[in-house]
Amino acid sequence: MSLLKENSNYNSLVEYCLRIADDRMILGQVLAESCGHLPMLEEDIAITNISLDLIGQATSFYEYSAELLGNGETADNLVFFRGEREFKNILLVEQDNSDFAYLIVKQFLFDSFDLLFMEALTKSQNEQFAAIAAKAYKESLYHFRHTKSWVIRLGDGTDESKIKINEALEFLWMYVGEMFEIDEVEESLIKENIAVNTNLFKDKWLTLINDTFKEATLSMPNINDFMQTGGRKGRHTECLGHILAEMQYIPRAYPTANW
Amino acid sequence: MNKTNSNIIDKDYINQFSDEIKDIWNTLENVKDPEIPNMSVIDMAILREVNVVDNNLEVIITPTYSGCPAIQVIESDVNLELQKKYSKVYNKITVKSRLAPAWSTDWMPQSSKEKFMEAKISPPVGSSDDNLFKILNHNPEIICPHCNSKDTIMQSFFGSTACKSLYKCNNCLMPFDYFKCH
Repeated sequence: MSLLKENSNYNSLVEYCLRIADDRMILGQVLAESCGHLPMLEEDIAITNISLDLIGQATSFYEYSAELLGNGETADNLVFFRGEREFKNILLVEQDNSDFAYLIVKQFLFDSFDLLFMEALTKSQNEQFAAIAAKAYKESLYHFRHTKSWVIRLGDGTDESKIKINEALEFLWMYVGEMFEIDEVEESLIKENIAVNTNLFKDKWLTLINDTFKEATLSMPNINDFMQTGGRKGRHTECLGHILAEMQYIPRAYPTANW
Repeated sequence: MNKTNSNIIDKDYINQFSDEIKDIWNTLENVKDPEIPNMSVIDMAILREVNVVDNNLEVIITPTYSGCPAIQVIESDVNLELQKKYSKVYNKITVKSRLAPAWSTDWMPQSSKEKFMEAKISPPVGSSDDNLFKILNHNPEIICPHCNSKDTIMQSFFGSTACKSLYKCNNCLMPFDYFKCH
């Protein structure tokens, strides 16, 4: 089913808002899957806290999307009744947790980007974006601080932790290119100072992660390597279907159920 | 409405209002944070404005963290408390949630910090107005709420809720929560 395309209010702004929401919703959902499986209790609590922040941020963006769409659209509908092709998150966030090193590297690559993204979004001409971002920015700093400390511990840890984190980084690196893609949807919104031009902080991001990798005694991968793409167009990896199956099962099985 | 430059809402701030508005602020003092029951929505700097226009009452709150599960409870508690007391007084009662400016621990008055200590939670240190990158590399001196020792160590960035970190006191050996500067 296509929930969105029939809606006459569906435009670039909605599309952009949904992209931001989907990134955080899917990442938050995958993080939550790790609850109860992390190496220690403190980490279980930390990761689920981060997950909660991300889902909370996603809620704000979904509510705004629903408001823009009008016609009685709701945040819950957007999360539970859209199919895989309608989710516009980047591929990085839907990747499996696999093991703790994958979870941390994925989260670190996203958090380091997210804090620069949210900082820039606070300056958006769109007041709602700026307001949500002001809060999310502060949260993203705490997330970054946490995952950065783990990258250093795993990289500069034991022989085994180093092998594992390198493996995770090698696998996940091909998904970072999407964070800096700009298509026609974003181009038009950047001109109006609504969307963030991610290319403006790409160098800053590279420095930020390079500094951490140096401290973690990891080598910096090459940003000019081959990069995967497709998430923004709704073309996803196998992982997303599994995530949605779990996330959407209850509301789809019982569509009239209420909290 | 009178507004001071500062975002801190304390007794002096509330006292500048008319008796009618003051009464509403005082009523909402009864609404407590479900996670920290000795702190009211005013102590937590969640309650931002009380306005009465044309006999309609409007209350503005600012949520703390994006994903804070307590905020929905707080919103409905505020609504219930107002309905209980004022449903016959005002034509309409609304509770509005406002995101900007973003909630900050900087808005908490000194009295809140004391209440945190009473709840055995170490209050936020520093200002969130500082360059936030500074906060990243800054490990403030956190006081143990049990014995007031400064000899404490962080156990985990994230505690029982997103707004807190988990600490341990090296002096009395008690674990405790630190309410993060935000």
